[in-house]
Amino acid sequence: MKFEVPAAAPHVPAPVSVQGVMFKVLLALVPGVAAYVFFFGPAILVQIAVATACASGFEALMLKARGQPLKPFLSDLSAPVTAVLFSLCLPPLLPWWATVTGMAFAIVVAKHLYGGLGFNVFNPAMVGYAVVLVAFPLEATLWLAPAELAAESLSFGAQLKAILSGALPPPVTWDAVTQATPLDMIRTGSTQDIMISEIRESSLFGDFGGYGWEWIANFYALGGLWLIYKRVMSWHAPVAVIATVVLLTFPVWLTDPDTHPFPLQHVFSGGLVLGAFFVATDPVSGATSPRGRLLFGIGVGLLTLVIRRWGGYPDGFAFAILLMNMAVPLIDRVTIPRAFGHARREPPEL
Amino acid sequence: MPTRLPGGDAVSRKGLEQPLGRRLWHFPGGIKLRHWKKLSISDAIEDAGMPEVLTLPLDQRQRVLPGSQPGPLPELAVTPGQRVARYQRLTASTPGSTAHLHAPTSGTIEFAPNERALRLVPDGRHEGTPLPPMPDWPAAAAETLRERIYEAGVVGLGGALFPTRGKLTQPARILIINGAECEPYISCDEMLMRCEPEPLLKGALILGQILGAEQIVVAIEDQMGKVLQILAGAVAALDAESRISVIKVPTIYPEGGENQLIQVLTGLEVPSGGLPIDIGIVMQNVATAAACYDAVAKGLPLVSRVVSVTGRGIRSPGNFRALLGTPFAFLIDRAGGYRQPVSRLLVGGPMMGQAVADDAVPTTKATNCVLALTEADTKARAPELPCIRCGECQRVCPAQLLPQQLLWHIQDENWPAVRQHHLADCIECGCCAYVCPSQIPLVDYYRQGKAQLRDIHDRDQEAARSQARHQTRDEKQAAQDDAATRNPSDAVADAVAPARTKRQHHD
Repeated sequence: MKFEVPAAAPHVPAPVSVQGVMFKVLLALVPGVAAYVFFFGPAILVQIAVATACASGFEALMLKARGQPLKPFLSDLSAPVTAVLFSLCLPPLLPWWATVTGMAFAIVVAKHLYGGLGFNVFNPAMVGYAVVLVAFPLEATLWLAPAELAAESLSFGAQLKAILSGALPPPVTWDAVTQATPLDMIRTGSTQDIMISEIRESSLFGDFGGYGWEWIANFYALGGLWLIYKRVMSWHAPVAVIATVVLLTFPVWLTDPDTHPFPLQHVFSGGLVLGAFFVATDPVSGATSPRGRLLFGIGVGLLTLVIRRWGGYPDGFAFAILLMNMAVPLIDRVTIPRAFGHARREPPEL
Repeated sequence: MPTRLPGGDAVSRKGLEQPLGRRLWHFPGGIKLRHWKKLSISDAIEDAGMPEVLTLPLDQRQRVLPGSQPGPLPELAVTPGQRVARYQRLTASTPGSTAHLHAPTSGTIEFAPNERALRLVPDGRHEGTPLPPMPDWPAAAAETLRERIYEAGVVGLGGALFPTRGKLTQPARILIINGAECEPYISCDEMLMRCEPEPLLKGALILGQILGAEQIVVAIEDQMGKVLQILAGAVAALDAESRISVIKVPTIYPEGGENQLIQVLTGLEVPSGGLPIDIGIVMQNVATAAACYDAVAKGLPLVSRVVSVTGRGIRSPGNFRALLGTPFAFLIDRAGGYRQPVSRLLVGGPMMGQAVADDAVPTTKATNCVLALTEADTKARAPELPCIRCGECQRVCPAQLLPQQLLWHIQDENWPAVRQHHLADCIECGCCAYVCPSQIPLVDYYRQGKAQLRDIHDRDQEAARSQARHQTRDEKQAAQDDAATRNPSDAVADAVAPARTKRQHHD
């Protein structure tokens, strides 16, 4: 009897898939998104829907243009992951055209012009976010106040209309529904020599970070911990990011708590928790060895603090990620682990 | 070369001072696999019987690496048409890493069409004389025992087929008998330990005697159930000084790998590019130990082996003692034939085995398992996609490599980087490919990469040799030119002066 001789061993297929990995990442974001909706209303779901539709559309177009098969790549769920992470970074009422522009840069430029899945040097979601932040600075800062604290609350219909037309129902003004973020307030406050404790008296602050935001961050962290438990990602990068932020801010805060936010304020502000668990762990654009991932995370934490303190933006997480993405080839070179049976230290060849 | 042992810090070095088994270490990576061994475990090893014709490849190693040339063949001691007796030696001399081959039965010799194999047509009498038995082997010299093992054609039956004598030339402190057959499905070693523990334990004593080993350890897997009691009972019965200890190790693939098992038992790492003997350890497979006992005490050359015939594509899986040269189809018939459409027929296990195109392939010394997998076993569960660098491969790699970076550099043909990432240390266990969400056949890439590195190495050496030749020729030429332009008396003086001084002087 004759048999086919296919590829070499192993002859049993891997019981895992890229689709499965991406699906678990999406699943891990569900608690965070649910908390988001609870505190800020359903507008974020509209953003996610628009971004996902754009991402899939651009993905299909680029695959076609590059002569790649559509089905395996469209069903790998990597584009939806990019879309959701991108959406979660931006204000929920961002006008639709800003979302489309961001996704175009994320998928077309950052992903496919660099070679598609597995080849992008920069994290596509962060590229999209950075483009919106730089190109549409006004729209990118229209952060909704938590529903309970806003002077006027918007119905879902009004939120939808705001996203699609960029206008609010007549009597309502942008000032009535949006608020500065806690990081913004600290930033402007510190330039006016207002003490942190005074700034934190605003109802926008919760126990650690912004009111509402800190809970959303908790749920992001929960999802991230589940992913670590399921071995979808490793603990190295998130731990390194958060530990770096805490360890660097702690002594500074001790020296003068009036002018420096305390460490957990830093951790629970802005996109840090979301980014630490879901962006710094992006395997494609991040470092690849365990030691490399630690270095990558330390760099991200450090740069985030530097940008928050001295940079032009209140939160520097996206830029920290993009800068560290550039350092990845170097990190990978100097962090090759000791192979089995080799001497402990071999100098890295640069 | 650094003399310091990698991983051999003070703590793990103690592993060699005290009896093994007091504690176990871990090897990095590895995976827990569903082991499917129950399929083929039964009460007895059945005799496969006599097929109509035996095919004996002269190079018994079944695995030929891509890009590698088939090795040199042994010189024959028989001619086509000659009648041979059972146990008669068929080879006159053996090159490199091949071993002697003996007739598994009496009959007539023919050449197979490709001349790389002999065919033996049995005459049905199954007669012949073995080598003289050595019942008083405990008193025999190491050299005598070693020669007997060579003469009987004993090789490493775990699959490597390295001639056993080659592993016995230096003394070793520790002898490990490897009964941890970590690949799923394969149960020939477990069955040997269950059903015939005595020969293999006596074989272990013989090997220990040759090596002068202080400790002999039989390592088995913790899921092998009764095997521990059976072996412990047999040890108590025949080894009064109790030099042999039986140690259970956790069942994690690829635990049965030589380097991995040594690390689990001793905490030591075999140096990269080195052999276990470099750290005073020799490892032999359980079937090899049994073959050594047969060769020494009974004078029987290695002419048969236990083969697991198993998989969901086989009607009644089991273990058979098969004569070398028995076609797989014959063994599969003995196991009740095929049960459902078989998508892949393998020799060896699912992780490292080799697919064969035809079930007429003969049993060799390397055939530990004939595995028939069905569509349900082999169907890919997702399409192949580019690497997303998730790093799961590196988490399971027992050699602590970065498989994702190796893939990248091999695809890039960046050979210096491939070397720097230690491709040569890859043991091709297949763990990386088994956990790859992108379903990339990683081991394929590593084999091709290794072949490329060998090519580059050969080319570099050839280039260095020809450069050396060129230089010598140039120097000779220069010397002659010098001689031609000067007068004869100078030439005589030059002939005794070193070439270099002469040229400086002339310039």
